Amino acid sequence: MGQYEAVIGLEVHVELKTKSKIFCGCPTEFGGEPNTHVCPICLGLPGVLPVLNKKVLEYAIKAGLAINCSIAEFSKFDRKNYFYPDLTKAFQTSQFDLPIAEHGHLDINVNGEIRRIGITRLHMEEDAGKLTHQGETISSSLSSLADYNRAGVPLVEIVSEPDLRSAEEAKAYLEMLKAIIEYIDVSDVKMEQGSLRCDANISIRPVGSKELGTRTEVKNLNSFRSVQRAIEYEIQRQIDQVEEGERIIQETRTWDENKGVTLSLRSKEEAHDYRYFPEPDLTPLVISRDWVEELKNGLPELPEAKKLRLIADHGLPEYDAGVITSSRTLADFYDKTVSLHADYKGISNWIMVELLKLLNAENMEISESKISPEGLAKMLKMIENNTISGKIAKQVFEEMFNTGKDPEAIVKEKGLVQISDEGQINAIVEQVIANNPKSVEDFKAGKEKSIGFLVGQIMKETKGQANPGVVNKLLKDKLNEL
Amino acid sequence: MKISIKDVEYVALLSRLELTDEEKVEQLRELNKILDSMEVLNKVDTSGVEPLAHVLPIHNVLREDELRATLPKEKVLQNAPEEDEGMFKVPKIV
Repeated sequence: MGQYEAVIGLEVHVELKTKSKIFCGCPTEFGGEPNTHVCPICLGLPGVLPVLNKKVLEYAIKAGLAINCSIAEFSKFDRKNYFYPDLTKAFQTSQFDLPIAEHGHLDINVNGEIRRIGITRLHMEEDAGKLTHQGETISSSLSSLADYNRAGVPLVEIVSEPDLRSAEEAKAYLEMLKAIIEYIDVSDVKMEQGSLRCDANISIRPVGSKELGTRTEVKNLNSFRSVQRAIEYEIQRQIDQVEEGERIIQETRTWDENKGVTLSLRSKEEAHDYRYFPEPDLTPLVISRDWVEELKNGLPELPEAKKLRLIADHGLPEYDAGVITSSRTLADFYDKTVSLHADYKGISNWIMVELLKLLNAENMEISESKISPEGLAKMLKMIENNTISGKIAKQVFEEMFNTGKDPEAIVKEKGLVQISDEGQINAIVEQVIANNPKSVEDFKAGKEKSIGFLVGQIMKETKGQANPGVVNKLLKDKLNEL
Repeated sequence: MKISIKDVEYVALLSRLELTDEEKVEQLRELNKILDSMEVLNKVDTSGVEPLAHVLPIHNVLREDELRATLPKEKVLQNAPEEDEGMFKVPKIV
């Protein structure tokens, strides 16, 4: 983009996985028949008294600590006033000037360069209800339908400093944040279910300039891919606008995934003035340092630390360690398998190649597959003691992935045991030599490579079950005899 | 005069109120009177006084993360001016 640089900050909303809502005892469960997970409190009926869920506070502090924030000693809730039917009260209970956590950072790695991204704040708030517009778009709809099941589901909003400089960095930051939240187990962080949501503030400025340009806020980013695409699009749109001598207007835009463009959401009467004031129905919070310390000590090993440990102690390549630690479920699977069979590289390779291939092909999470660490560990032992060949193991692995059966049972059932019997293999070696005089001739003439073809033929005859070591030895012996 | 008709119109917009010209003038007078009263409070020296977060000297009123009964659906929708498919039907938003 030549003489311009992009300045990007992300606002990330994370739904906390508590059983009950933030200020009342209604379930937070996703889905459910419309307006069945509600009560007078989350419906904002007159005269009700909200009370903060202790677990929400605990999870918010944990999340704050995990992203290197300092935790407030004194914090409170405020009302953010706006008229929009996704909340019944005409305000959202949120935090304004005294958020629970501030001044954090995350280190991200983009193309081998480590960049520290500042985190301005993390605050608690309630989620809003869900609106279904009865028309093509919100502005062409004559009416909308409101379901308040989601109203009052606890959220933390995590606001970054405008430290990101490209769509790629924004994606790396979001991936890192998602992994950390998943590790500390306070949210499902599923973008497709809306438990992780992201808005991007984007502006451009001439390279070298210290001033910030006018920014736009892009909403409706529902996947990592759309985050990256929308930011790339919006940066280019702003550059084109400026190049044509036009000004950037501060506005909210929505990402249209199908068309691949951002569209203005401005309405003529929109005036953003939230008139925050302290929420009188909730008491302030005084956070004891002992509790913060206790929660800090209870945090699990986080992705970056785990990655460095797998590189240093297990000798894994940086890329592999990065992939395995990018998701807690994958890292847990690795840890569990390693505890049963300490073949670090072997286990890493099976995860990196076969497991991820199958998961990607089925678009599945590891928890949805039937594969178990016990199964993988047992299968690796079977390869080591020559019960099965590495090639056959792929079949066994796929079967375990689909059915969850024990590897020994699969091998027995399908007759996949490795053939190491010299007599049996010798007969096939002789047969293959007899059927391929040309390759034999080539080998004799000094073309060492043609032995590979002969080995291949033998493996084919035995459906991959022959022990490769035995095959190589017997084949060489036979060829040298000729 | 603390504020102008323009400010009144802005506050009315934020509150989604439609005011006639007479009402605007009336509101201007009322609001300025309130702001004059605030001026009295502004004369108090509050340096060194922490802003008040709650009128009562209490903090950390919390509840355990436990489920409680939800409201029956008929009751939820009982006062809805219009409903459709178990949801509140609201007029055009933007």
